[in-house]
Amino acid sequence: MITFQNISKVYKDSSVALENINFTIQPNEFVSIVGRNGAGKSTIIKLLIGEEKPSKGRVIFGPYEVNKLSSVELPALRRQIGIVFQDFRLLPTKTSYENIAFALEVEGRPQSEIDEFVPQVLDMVGLAHRAHNFPNELSGGERQRIAIARAMIHRPAVVVADEPTGNLDPINSVEIMNLLMKINELGTTVILVTHSKEIVNHVNRRVISLDGGRIIRDEENGKYVLA
Amino acid sequence: MITNLYRIIKFGIQGFLRNKWLTTATLSVIVLTLFVFVNLILFNVLTNNAISLLRDKIDISVYFNEDVLEDDILELERSLESLSEVKVVEYVSRDRALELFKERHEGDETIVQALSVLDDNPLSASLNIKANDPEDYPIISAYLNNENLDQIVDQITYNQNQLVINRLAKVVNTVRRAGVALTSILTLIAILITLNTIILTIYATREEIGVMRLVGAANKFIRGPYIVQGVLYGVIGAILSLLIALPLISVASPYIGVLMPEMDLQGYFYSNIVLLFGYQLMFGIGLGVISSSIAVGKYLNI
Repeated sequence: MITFQNISKVYKDSSVALENINFTIQPNEFVSIVGRNGAGKSTIIKLLIGEEKPSKGRVIFGPYEVNKLSSVELPALRRQIGIVFQDFRLLPTKTSYENIAFALEVEGRPQSEIDEFVPQVLDMVGLAHRAHNFPNELSGGERQRIAIARAMIHRPAVVVADEPTGNLDPINSVEIMNLLMKINELGTTVILVTHSKEIVNHVNRRVISLDGGRIIRDEENGKYVLA
Repeated sequence: MITNLYRIIKFGIQGFLRNKWLTTATLSVIVLTLFVFVNLILFNVLTNNAISLLRDKIDISVYFNEDVLEDDILELERSLESLSEVKVVEYVSRDRALELFKERHEGDETIVQALSVLDDNPLSASLNIKANDPEDYPIISAYLNNENLDQIVDQITYNQNQLVINRLAKVVNTVRRAGVALTSILTLIAILITLNTIILTIYATREEIGVMRLVGAANKFIRGPYIVQGVLYGVIGAILSLLIALPLISVASPYIGVLMPEMDLQGYFYSNIVLLFGYQLMFGIGLGVISSSIAVGKYLNI
């Protein structure tokens, strides 16, 4: 479903972020991408959602060749992907409910669907009682759960989580991971980017390890091992 | 389509109401800009009024010898009226001149007595000529200073008032040019300040624009609410600046009345209030919408 083909990325200041990356992700997989800071993990996500273009190679996502999409074509691709960030990136002037509804509104879905789905998802992430609070009234863990709710409300094919537990304490981290695994069990592909050993070992699924912009290991039921 | 439009408008109003500080800051600048704008319009009305008052005071009078036939004078009147530089020619006959003179000195015993001593009317017939442009008086004067007319013309006032008329013409033109320059410069400054404020306002929300892009919002869906906010800035700014202008004009109007008795600023303001509000609305909405579009466009490349 997702294929990175001979991908290299060199930034303008000629720093090499990725070098000859090849991998394929199948539907319903749960894949962790691990590595130190600067290993190229976030660049892989940016290439997947079209935020950056590769210097070489092709990024295939379902019917899209992502590296060739124009700015106008990108929204259609991004609606197939739910993204969760380390810093949550909720819209500060919208309530929890409105932040989640926004993902449906941009697709032009009718109000009746919004009224039906948003409470369901809020319930699933355990924040029905926080529906009308603004992000600055929520704790870090709550914000991240709202972000996950927003990422999955429109039933995307893939949920991408970029260091989703980076700003959270261990208990909240486990809750977030359990949510992501639940989403995966419901049939959504999950790509998790992290440098947390505990998290990766807790998940015990496929692990792609990066170092210095190259893939050094790609294992089913992998562990966090950096040579 | 209608759902999208409804959502764009809803988001625009939400952003306007919820970003209280940004809205207040931007709105104050727009209100100030529109206030300057409406004052510039009024300033131009005042100067134009002053200029036309000044122009009205300038004329050339031609006085005729006593024995000139009325037909000759009327013929000259017609030929003057055919000149493109001439706006209006008024004929004052000897009898009419005497009437006017008597009216003007009604209470003055000495003059009334002096007149009754005279058998004959001592006053000359005259033509009062007004030009379209104060700078045209030399041309009209040259036309009158021809040899054929020497027989009938006693004197031409232009020759006495030449210096004053030329100076007035210069003053009128300078005031007009300065008015245009001042208006253009102040309008430009106001536009730049507003543009800058709105660009900074949107700069403050650039991360939100990025988030919207990443969630998969189409550009028009992101741009739309900002344009709605631009319209709101324009409309509310126009209303507020008008509300500020109202009491200030009532206070200033009597003082301007002292300087220019013919000018009723408050009356002008009230009778043109719809038009003035319309200008402000157009200017405000235009500024808001254009600045918003430019500013959002910068952050849509994620």
